[in-house]
Amino acid sequence: MPRSHPPRHPDADAPIAGPARPAQRRWDLAALRRRLAIGLALSAMAILLVLPLVLIFTEALSKGLDIALEALAEPEAWSAIRLTLTVAAIAVPINAICGTAAAWCIGRFEFPGRALLTTLIDLPFSVSPVISGLVWVLLFGANGYFGAWLDRHDVRIVFALPGLVLATMFVTFPFVARSLISLMREQGAAEEEAALTLGANGWQIFVRVTLPNIFWAMLYGVLLCNARAMGEFGAVAVVSGHIRGQTLTMPLYVEALFNDYEWIGAFSVAALLSMLALVTLALRMLLEWRIERDRSAGV
Amino acid sequence: MMVEMRDLRKTFGAAAALDGLSLSVGKGEFLALLGPSGSGKTTLLRVLAGLEFVSSGSIAIGGRPIQDVPARERQIGLVFQHYALFRHMTVARNVAFGLEVRPKRNRPSAAAIRDRVAELLEMMEIGDLGGRYPDQISGGQRQRVALARALAVEPALLLLDEPFGALDAKVRRNLRVWLRALHDRMGLTSIFVTHDQAEALDMADRVAILRAGRIEQVDTPDAVSRHPANDFVREFMR
Amino acid sequence: MTRRSALPGFGLTLGITLTWVSLIVLIPLAALMLRPWELGFAGFWASVTEPRVLAALQLSFGAAALAAAVNVPLGLLIAWVMVRYRFPGRRIADAVIDMPLALPTAVAGIALTALFAPKGWLGEALAPLGIKVAYTPLGVLMALIFVGLPFVVRIVEPVIQDLPVDAEEAAAVLGATRFQTLRRVVLPALAPALLTGFGAALARGVGEYGSVIFIAGNRPMVSEIAPLLIVIRLEQLNYAGAASLGLAMLAISFAILLTINRLQRRMA
Repeated sequence: MPRSHPPRHPDADAPIAGPARPAQRRWDLAALRRRLAIGLALSAMAILLVLPLVLIFTEALSKGLDIALEALAEPEAWSAIRLTLTVAAIAVPINAICGTAAAWCIGRFEFPGRALLTTLIDLPFSVSPVISGLVWVLLFGANGYFGAWLDRHDVRIVFALPGLVLATMFVTFPFVARSLISLMREQGAAEEEAALTLGANGWQIFVRVTLPNIFWAMLYGVLLCNARAMGEFGAVAVVSGHIRGQTLTMPLYVEALFNDYEWIGAFSVAALLSMLALVTLALRMLLEWRIERDRSAGV
Repeated sequence: MMVEMRDLRKTFGAAAALDGLSLSVGKGEFLALLGPSGSGKTTLLRVLAGLEFVSSGSIAIGGRPIQDVPARERQIGLVFQHYALFRHMTVARNVAFGLEVRPKRNRPSAAAIRDRVAELLEMMEIGDLGGRYPDQISGGQRQRVALARALAVEPALLLLDEPFGALDAKVRRNLRVWLRALHDRMGLTSIFVTHDQAEALDMADRVAILRAGRIEQVDTPDAVSRHPANDFVREFMR
Repeated sequence: MTRRSALPGFGLTLGITLTWVSLIVLIPLAALMLRPWELGFAGFWASVTEPRVLAALQLSFGAAALAAAVNVPLGLLIAWVMVRYRFPGRRIADAVIDMPLALPTAVAGIALTALFAPKGWLGEALAPLGIKVAYTPLGVLMALIFVGLPFVVRIVEPVIQDLPVDAEEAAAVLGATRFQTLRRVVLPALAPALLTGFGAALARGVGEYGSVIFIAGNRPMVSEIAPLLIVIRLEQLNYAGAASLGLAMLAISFAILLTINRLQRRMA
């Protein structure tokens, strides 16, 4: 329902408003203001947020769909896609499981240091992506604290898959825990306590009572975690070493192509990543609607 | 005696929730815990159910000390104030829950569970609601589901936390009579919490009046209203 | 130590959580805290006060602050329109707001660069006006406006939602013009949220890397952001220098956020 500003009491401005039909004029003014605000907001969003997206697909397809698909079929492109999927397939489940464990102990128990622990879990969100990569180089890089030891034992972490996974885990660390903790605290422990008095053990309580109640929120966290894991650039850029065909994830491959003036290739891979973003946004809308239902007061 | 509580003490931070509380409940008795909010009624129920732990004191049920028995092994039925039904399960699954989570060796067969659930729902006069979800039924019906769910595991003791608190006056009156009849018919031992003295006097065999974690008086409704032990009880029963 | 709860699994889940937090967050950040000091304090100080570093820090924090300042009115307008008005396509517009959070930063980076490049859709239009965006500090600003916008909108939206309409109505009935109502009634109520949004956009902008480096041009002393300097130092195997700069950035960011928190508490 349109909510224009409330009409004023007629007496309030009767002495001021000279023209014949003041009420009519005020209404026009309100409608005008409304249109102006909507128009301004939408054009700003169109230029700032939509135009870049349009450009990506336009550029990718500027020489036709065949050329764009060809760029994606390159062996290096395939290797980037595979690597991105591998990194996400390791980092996301670990963060999801540990995030759920964190939500259980933070959302269901009172203990000293609980607030601190919550803050620590949120911490990666306020750290620059580059620093999120840097910390792993400081630990495991050639000059890092464990660099010499790793070198002697011929273990590669930085400039290899483990480094990419660790950096990705750091930046996607809070997603699942965060979306679950607030929900679990809101829902309260009554259903779990009821299950307990009925004789259920811990695992039964979790699987039969807790999990169905937090399922959609968990999926939501996993969705955002995955989108970030696949799209992360800064943190993995630092630990990747940029070895083509080996340690370039899709976003890093976009960078490499762009810097080599391989315009179509860069935008084709970018378009693929954009589609991931669009699908993520669409699913997110659906999930938010679902979670609202879970959030609405318990029975 | 069915339930023996001796000198129970419990503190939340600095405040004492239970302050040396002793109380006995006989087999088959229907006991009302009455008191203003914050007097420790709900805490006492949660302690009995094993959801909270006392700092000192002892509890025995049927002569067996239970303070170190975990909640899931106590066999005590608890009906929560807001029912705490499992919102993603149908009414029938809610009622079946306590039987379904039993270890395999003493879990009834699926058919036996189904029959038991049907029987309970029938007894609660909600036999046709088995397929509904908790958000599709009324408050009074939820109350009956919660009761059926608690009774499914055949508890030695039934605890009810403000069972009618969320219901409107008319539904309350009907449920009162019905619940008391059910208690007698099934031979239950029940403790129920309320802050409504009319309700307590109307339903209970005995009434225990709590203040600040202590029992002020325990007696029959008649005796409590005729011979209040002190000013607090007199004031509260008015 | 802990208040005993009857629910099981506390020890197990706390154990998992502490291990996870320690391995992935605490130990790595400890390395960041420790590494700079092998230079001694003087070395650390020299490392973060090099002219090139100071220029980069100034650009990173300055552009991020400016971008956040632009995003406050822009985000307020968008949030207001999204909450108060119903119009066709509103749901899609709502999803579009999160685009900068969903789009991988490198993708946003090359798209913004192509858009504002001298031959790009917008770059070509701005060139006759003598405005160069790509490969200048202005490009950094544009990229940071892009990434910061959703923070302001999403933080302000719920506050507008909860704004008591009767206060506005009362003001209107008392004869206030729409503008007076906005300035005297609405804005003060929104100020704490706007400040929080400003802080969030600022914090995000300071550390931003992917969407900036393509459009920035990365000329030392002119359009080189601080995170890029960290990368460059790492490539030179100057770990202590990289860690120093990283630590300095974190410290300044937290100091700013703390100040904003204080300010906000005083307002609320």
